[in-house]
Amino acid sequence: MRAYLLSRLGQTALVIFLALTAVFFLVRLGGDPVILFLPMDIQAKDINEFRQRLGFNDPLITQYGRFIGGAALGNFGESLRYKQDALRLVLERLPATLALAGAALLLTACLAIPAGVLSAVRRGSLWDYVGMTGAVLGQAIPGFWLGLMLIYLFSVRLGWLPTGGTGGIAHFIMPSAVLASFYAARMARLTRSSVLETLREEYVLTARAKGLAEWVVIAKHALKNSAIPIVTLAGLETGQLLGGAVITETIFAWPGVGRLTVQALLNRDFPVVLAAVFLISVTYTLINLGVDLLYGWLDPRTRREADAA
Amino acid sequence: MIGRLERHALGVLGLFLTSVTLVAALAAPLLAPHDPVKSDFVASLKPPGTPGHVLGTDQLGRDLYSRVLYGARIALFIGFCTVLLTAVVGGLLGLLAGFFGGWPETVLMRIADVQLSFPFVLLALTINAIVGLGLRNIIISLSAAGWVVYARVVRGEVLSVKQRDFVQAAAALGTGRARVLFRHVLPNVAPSIIVVASLQFSQFIVAEAAISFLGFGVQPPTPAWGSMLSESRDFLYVAWWLAAFPGMALALTALGINLVGDWLRDVLDPKLRV
Repeated sequence: MRAYLLSRLGQTALVIFLALTAVFFLVRLGGDPVILFLPMDIQAKDINEFRQRLGFNDPLITQYGRFIGGAALGNFGESLRYKQDALRLVLERLPATLALAGAALLLTACLAIPAGVLSAVRRGSLWDYVGMTGAVLGQAIPGFWLGLMLIYLFSVRLGWLPTGGTGGIAHFIMPSAVLASFYAARMARLTRSSVLETLREEYVLTARAKGLAEWVVIAKHALKNSAIPIVTLAGLETGQLLGGAVITETIFAWPGVGRLTVQALLNRDFPVVLAAVFLISVTYTLINLGVDLLYGWLDPRTRREADAA
Repeated sequence: MIGRLERHALGVLGLFLTSVTLVAALAAPLLAPHDPVKSDFVASLKPPGTPGHVLGTDQLGRDLYSRVLYGARIALFIGFCTVLLTAVVGGLLGLLAGFFGGWPETVLMRIADVQLSFPFVLLALTINAIVGLGLRNIIISLSAAGWVVYARVVRGEVLSVKQRDFVQAAAALGTGRARVLFRHVLPNVAPSIIVVASLQFSQFIVAEAAISFLGFGVQPPTPAWGSMLSESRDFLYVAWWLAAFPGMALALTALGINLVGDWLRDVLDPKLRV
């Protein structure tokens, strides 16, 4: 188990290193941030001085070495716009993103899993149709449009909820609903098909035959055995939530990592972009590692394979 | 999923929605009553139902109905080009990697891991911010972010098809490697490529709209749904229709393509999960 964990962590480190390298070179190929950043009426001499100071005049390979050396110590340089440490800037925004993603995940789990189980158990009923129609629609409706429509309805028309920003519980409602909508739809469909598959298994028949209450059969025998694909999707989706957060945070002016990343991309504030890439890929790969470890608990058969690996 | 008959009914609904979008896209110049980029300041921000402007006009007096029709053109064009590019490039790389193995396969799968350690929309957005704006660059960005899915799926399929008896037999008979690859392996992985392509299609269209919505990608005055929605944000208090109709068109298009994709998967490759 320990060897497995170590090799997985090693792989994670390699993936993050390669991701940073790729983004670094892409960014450098993408043009000169200095020109875009300085005022229009600046003298050529001053541009050069600015580049010299930021190290943009050094050979690319020197810049890369300096960047990786810094990144290894968590130093991504100073934000060109905010004149602050880039990684600290990104980390400061992390709690807001995590809170939003957490709320969306909670909402997804509370809506999608019961809806999926209910649709599977009462297959062909009105519940099934309503639930699955909702899921198919939820999958097709783009989050940013849903966000706009919710703002129009609840903020502009009814005036019940704030259009954006942070504050109380009311600020959480629309962003987390928008972020959850797409994921909940997929989760509900997958839960339904997974539970349907499990319900056909013989151990479910056995559990019923020995006279267990139906809810025990569903909750203990069917749901736990259906959980692997659901957990896999949940893990993958948690990573994708970070991508969805970019759009949701922008619509609702939510001060998280996603909105900061978009602004940094728009402003060509590359130290911040690189720090955000770092943080996002770390989070994403750690989530996937967590999901793999969860398998061992859900399905003991995978434990031996993991040990062997 | 809901039983054979309903599946087919949903597939037909999907085909219908997709055909409507396709007709709108192809016949936009014939169907549109106005030039989609021509301003008419006298008629700005007219609500839907105004004579001559079924869906109303935007802040510059441009006809929303015409713009939504032309938007279909842009969305489908981008979706189609991206799917074609990713399917050919990703499919070919996956095919070669799975068939020949060795270090190129390792390198390819490493690249795939790196790309998949990053949310798709964010990856495409980052690439787009770097390579630049506009129609051609958004296609490049989406393709660069999206090809790995094909490479992965196709490689996996090739690995299993390679072991099947008819492939082994063909090789034993002295058939050339290229012929085995394209005559025996490729036809057996083609269904997966088609299914992945149909499921990716709507993802690309929605991602393009999202990226254009954020201010990258396709730029105004080009009537792309995403940039129309982006512009509509400033007028949400006075002109709800500017946000409602382009988004509705986008959602119905995505719904139609998703339904067709689900249908194709059920028919061609029920085990595939993407």
